[in-house]
Parts: sequence; C-alpha cells; structure tokens
Amino acid sequence: MKPEKIDELYFNDVNEPIQLDRRDFLKKLGGGIIVVFCIGKLSLLNGWGQNDKEDLSNFNAYLRVKEDGRVDCYTGKIEMGQGIITSLAQVLADELQVSIYAVDMVMGDTELCPYDAGTWGSLTTRFADPVIRAAAAEAREILLDLAAEKLQVTKTALTIEEGVIFVKNNPSKKITFAEITKGKKIVKSLSTKPEIKKSSDFKLIGQSIISTDALSKVTGKAQYSGDIKLPEMVYAKVVRPAVYGSKKIAVDASELTTFEGITLINEGDLVAVVHNNLEIANKAARKVKVTWNTPEPTTDTDTIFQHLEDQITDYNVFKDGGDLTIGRAISKTILKEKYHDGYKAHAPMETHSATCYFEGEKLIIWASTQTPFGLQKQLANALHIELEKVHVKQIFIGGGFGGKIYNKQAIEAALISKSCGKPVQLVWSRKEEFMYDRFRPAAVMNVTSGVNKEGKLTMWDFDIYCAGTRGTSLFYGIENHRTRMFNEKNVKGDSHTNKLKNQSVHPVGTGAWRAPGNNSTTFARESHIDSVAYKIGMDPLAFRLKNLDHLNMTATLQLAAETFDWNRKKKEGHGFGIALGEDAGTCVAIITEVFVDKNSGEVQPIKIVCAQDMGQVVNPHGATVQTEGGITMGLGYALFEEVEFSGGNVKTRNFKNYEINKFSKTPEITCVFRDKMDAKPQGGGEPAIICVGGAIANAVFDASGARVYRMPVTSKRILEALKKA
Amino acid sequence: MKQSISFTLNGKPVTVEVEGNESLLTVIREYLDKTGTKFGCGLGDCGACTVVINNEALRSCMLAVEDVVNKTILTIEGLEENGNLHPLQKAFVEKDALQCGFCTPGMIMNAYGLLLKNPTPTRNEVINGMEENLCRCGSYNRIVEAIQLAGIEMNKNF
Repeated sequence: MKPEKIDELYFNDVNEPIQLDRRDFLKKLGGGIIVVFCIGKLSLLNGWGQNDKEDLSNFNAYLRVKEDGRVDCYTGKIEMGQGIITSLAQVLADELQVSIYAVDMVMGDTELCPYDAGTWGSLTTRFADPVIRAAAAEAREILLDLAAEKLQVTKTALTIEEGVIFVKNNPSKKITFAEITKGKKIVKSLSTKPEIKKSSDFKLIGQSIISTDALSKVTGKAQYSGDIKLPEMVYAKVVRPAVYGSKKIAVDASELTTFEGITLINEGDLVAVVHNNLEIANKAARKVKVTWNTPEPTTDTDTIFQHLEDQITDYNVFKDGGDLTIGRAISKTILKEKYHDGYKAHAPMETHSATCYFEGEKLIIWASTQTPFGLQKQLANALHIELEKVHVKQIFIGGGFGGKIYNKQAIEAALISKSCGKPVQLVWSRKEEFMYDRFRPAAVMNVTSGVNKEGKLTMWDFDIYCAGTRGTSLFYGIENHRTRMFNEKNVKGDSHTNKLKNQSVHPVGTGAWRAPGNNSTTFARESHIDSVAYKIGMDPLAFRLKNLDHLNMTATLQLAAETFDWNRKKKEGHGFGIALGEDAGTCVAIITEVFVDKNSGEVQPIKIVCAQDMGQVVNPHGATVQTEGGITMGLGYALFEEVEFSGGNVKTRNFKNYEINKFSKTPEITCVFRDKMDAKPQGGGEPAIICVGGAIANAVFDASGARVYRMPVTSKRILEALKKA
Repeated sequence: MKQSISFTLNGKPVTVEVEGNESLLTVIREYLDKTGTKFGCGLGDCGACTVVINNEALRSCMLAVEDVVNKTILTIEGLEENGNLHPLQKAFVEKDALQCGFCTPGMIMNAYGLLLKNPTPTRNEVINGMEENLCRCGSYNRIVEAIQLAGIEMNKNF
C-alpha cells in the first residue's frame, strides 16, 4: 500500500480490515504442522463469524507447530514498542493452550509472513488479533484430531494443557505437540471453522503479561536496523540541502580527493558519499558542494494558519443534520472560537535507518519501517526489479508513531548499495530526522456553537483545516450540526481553488502522527466545550454529562470522574481539566490536574486519570503501558512541541529546540478500563493521546484563567492570555 | 592522527586502531561491534549513547576516543554477571520500564551511574538524575520505579 493511501486512511476512521494480496510462503517453511487460516472481509467485520470458504492462496494468518513443540506465529505486523509481540502471542497461546513462552513471533518478514498493509492506525488488535485467534483455534482442533487417532480415543475425551494432549479420565495417556508433529510437514486448513474461545474460557487473555521482548531490550541484544553489521559494509551519508523541497542544480565534489577510499553517488536527486568508516563518510559529505534551487518561503511558523485558511477554500461536508439557522435561533448563548495547532515531529529515539545488500539481483534489507510490505513494493519500483527480488527482514523498530511508513531512508540505502556495489548502512542524523520527518500538519479549527437556557447544546458548526475527520463524529447530542473538512487535497488536485498549482499548502513534508488530526480536532472541540460551560456558568463535568448522547462515552467519563474524584477540593493555583475523544473504536476520557505558576506561566502536571472503553482488554498490563505512553508523549505536544520554520527551512532540528516531554513533567498517571471482556477488542496504541492537549488546556484555564487557543500551551502563551484576561 | 588506543571495556582490555578524534560511540558501535549502546542524536541531547566511564555515566557521542585512554568503560553488554541480570536490568523487566527499547541501554547506564553516587535516591532525586535522558514512547514513570526498586535490591546485597 502506498504511503499516500495510508495517510488518507490515517486521517479518517478505519473501521474495516485492509484487503490482502495473494502470496505463497508455504514452501519456504520447514517441518511440522502448518495451519493456514483464511477469513473473508465480511466475517472479520462481524468480528467473530466463522465458516468462510477457504482459499489456500489468499490467507491472513498462519502458524506452525514445530517439531520441537514450539509454535511460530507469522504476522506481517511489526513491533515498535506497542507490545503486540506479547499480546498476539498471548491470544495465540490461549487458543492453542500452550505456554506464551513457547510461541515465537515471526514479524514483518516479507518472505515468511502473510501480506500486511502496515502497522499503523491502531489496527493490530482490532483486525490481526481475531485472525490469529481463529488460526490458533483451527490448529488446536487439528492437533486434537491427530492425537485422537494416535491415542485411539474420541476427540471429545481429550484435553490440552501447556502443549500436552491427554485423555481426561486417564491423564497418563498423553502425547505432546512435539510428538504429534515430529517428522511431518502437514499444511492444513479446516473447512469447518472451530469457534474461538468465549471470555469465560480464557486462561491467558485478560491476564497481565510483561513484555516478552523486555529481556532482549535490557541486555542490549535486541537488534535494530543500524545494529546489523555486514562484511565489506560501507556507511552512506546523504548530502542534504538546507531547505526542504530544494532541487539539485550542480554538484562539485572536487574536495573529495583528500579522502582516501571515498565514493561519490550522484544519481537523480540523490547525492551521497560512502566509506567503510562512518566518521570519514560524515566528514566527506560536508565537503561536497551542491548548488540547490531553493523554493522561496511562502509562510512561516506564525503566518501558517492564515495561509491555510487563505489557500484552502474548497470543502466537503463530512456530517450534518438539522438546520444551523434554526439552531442559531433557538440558542440563548452563541460562542464562536478559532483553534490552532502547529506542526509536530515524530521524533522517535531511533532515527530512520536501513542496512542492505544485494545477493546477485536480489536485495536483502533491514529497515526501520512500519510497512515492510509497502517498502518491498517501493523498493521493487525504485530498483525496477520484481517484488520477489526484494526481501525485507524482521527487525525491532525504535519507535514509529506513524512516521516510519514512508521509507525514504530505505530507498536511499538500496539505491546507494546498487550504485556502489557494496552492502550499505544508512542511519539518518537527528537533523535529517527532523528535516525529512513527515510532520503532523498544522491545522485550523473554527467552531461556533449554541446552547439554550437549560444548558443543552443546540447548534454545532465545526470547520476543519488539515486535520481530517478522524474521531469527529459527534458524541454530544446536538440536533443542528455541521462538520466541514477543508482539505488540502482540494488544493493539490484539479480544483478551481488551485492557487498553488501542484504544490502542497504545507512548506514541509506532512503525514500521519499517532492518531494524527484527532489530536488537533479533539483539542479544539474539548476546549470549546469547556469555554461554553464556563460562559454559562456550568461545571464542565456536569455540562458534558448533560450533553453526551453516547452511552459508552458517558460511562467512560463517569469512570474517569470517580477515579479522579472530580469534586475534591483544589489547592491554590491548581486546576482540573477534562477532555473526551473517540479513536480506533475506543472511547477515552482524560482528567488532568495541573499547577500553573501565574508569574512564569510554567505548567506542572500533577495527576492524570485516563478511563477507556476499549472493548475486551487482551493484556491489561500492556494496555496500561500503551496508555501511559500515549499520555506521556502527549504532554509534549500539549506543552512544548512546535516545529519552527520559515518556508521549507525547518529551524527546530534537535532536542534542544524541539523539546519533547521529560521525566520531570510526567505526573502520576492512572489508567482504568471499562470491564468488557465479552466485547471485541478495540484500538489501544493511539486513542489516549488525543485527549491530552484538550485536558491540559482546560486544566490550565481552570488553574489560571488563561484560555490558550493554540497548541502547545506554552508559558509564553499562558502569560499572553493572562494579560488579555 | 592514526594511533592505537587502549582501554578496558566490560572488564576486558582492548586495543583499537583509530583514525583520531572519532567519538567513543563510533568506536564502541562500529569498531568493536558493541551495538547495545545507541545513536540517538549525536549532540548529547538524548542520552541513548550513555556509558559508564570510571564509574561516571557519560554520553559516548560527545567524547573523543582519545579521552578514554586507559579508562574503564562499562556498556549495557557488560552488566550481566555470570549470566545473571544486573538488578537494574531485572527491575526494568519487572516494571516493564520500556517500550521500543531504543533508549533503554542509555537509561540503564545512566541509572547505574546515578546509583553509584546515590544508592537510595528519592523519587525526585531519580527524576533529577535522569532528566536529560529522553524516552519518546513515554516510559518515564516506570523507569523511575525500576531505578528505585533496583536501588533497594542492590542495597540488600551489600
């Protein structure tokens, strides 16, 4: 799947699995019992439906019970810290009735794993998990059939524990998975699909399990793309312009003669050097003089919001109902506000990296990518070779957050390797990471709402620029409403508003960032809801409860309020703030307590409670870690993070001037989940982060009276707002 | 200037041929293939490359290799003793104080240096000592808990 397509999906709510390619992996595997599981789109949507017609060439998951009794689980998903290496093994182990520690996860290898559209959008637990459960249930039934035959008993007389099948009333009569699979290679797929377990039968699902990859990560043994060392490998360094979007005019490499063993790569837009010594490659790259055609800046950090509103005049109505004119007429109070959110960097601790080599015509590559199969296709296109001639291998990823779906570094590494004929390692510098990041776009949200004398919202008019519609379906009951999306794509395309022909309205690269625009729109909506509550003199919790029209959201908010103890007394200078949001099928309610120093404008988060309705929680511990992580990361965009730029010249290029959240600003965080073990599991990687901005902004207002309409809520903006207040 | 440089790495003497003025991080990762120590920024801003030199936690990306002649360097690979995890490693696993794991070696080595100076740090002392090590996944609270837990365990052993 192309990155542009993923971007499009990322900014919208994805509520169905991504369709699959046909692949054939089975001959590459060794012995044992291989279970291929095929499931159609429809049954996945129904969640737990079964009995689809089978098609061995088009399958979503498979696993292999090996001759030693261990189980390989093959999935196209990757592990980047979100914990699915543990939770997917957990659901498999529960269905198959083996120890979770007997499961080996084979992830994101394009030769071994079934196709996957990529690890993004909090899709894994919603769409990969049910398929793996179903495959494991199928494997369990196949193993029971084989055991029944061997032990000469009926299948119903058998039971399984920790990979051993035994006769219920005669436990000494038994056979292990290893004994069943020894010397066999059986590929099977059942025509009648067994039912997956109900929650009452779960042994592992719902239990808290520590990450199974923690041991390899605390010992330094876990390998990332830049940790691969190959014989004869050279290090590549790409020569970059100072300004994003610059085009190469001329290259002067005359100064390279002072470096022994250096090779210049100068092909198309790519200028790079390679050397077998990393630091010599880095030094030499600085000596290559490239003349660039640099685009003139059209906007900067402060003018960007007006720029977006000026440039984008086309819109689509995303949702509407009732009549805004009537809504306006029946409102007692009308409030019109404008919210801004700047560009945000992904800033994963691991910069984009790739290591690769050619084996004849075939490329073998390890890359920090969230989309191994997408990368395979990009590489095949870039190198003009067949898909089968590209092998993307399994590797850990040092954080992605939506930023590692574009794969620019991997394509550069492959082109350089092809050009110089040697194995290549390319690790972007931190400066390159900021420069070539695909930032969460700057966004504008214009909102006008009306409320009647009873405190019921009567009108909602919401215009979104560059934040997409993901998560903007209203969970407040408002009869007269309209949500419009002013989309930059309308500017890029054939639209009559195409003022900047074929140019993005953004001067820098933009893309998906952990629940992307839902962070911006949730900040705007929840800040505005608070503003209205304040204006009519209602408690923000009571106002929300009065206006919610979504049972799960109401219950989630009540759970958060109870856990937080909303009605407790506030200390001097402290404030409480609520934000609600919906993302990837999960309802989120966050309540924060902050202290604001009115003299300095400094904010100290004191406490954060996050309640979620995420359906069935597979690994409560893992879900808690993800939620804490999302909140901790979210404090960065809420309080500090802002990409500063003039045109394509990105000025924030290191952690000194692009400040992410640190230890000292991370408060006590409490995560609670609604108990829904019988429900379908929903997304967990992204949802919590969307509420952090709004909840912090609202708490800052409650503490200090400063209403900040632009993310991040910096000390400077708080002081400015206090002056106006 | 090309030269041979000797130091002790994880308890073993090593001598390495260098070009001169390389960062210690490059020497550890690319010359000696100890890739547990990570490159995060190359500017001393993130702490992913932290190692312990003569009992002090320092950023290997900011040190020239010439600065460590005859010194004793400990990296994440040298923490285990006789196949047993160090209490810090155990505590990081127990508290699951990591996600993507990329900052983890630097966090653990910085914490190692911190506990050498202050074996029983308070929560605030841990935060102050760890403040300049960055974790984008957001495991800070768990890291603080893990370090305090390790401190308690290490004091028991003495």
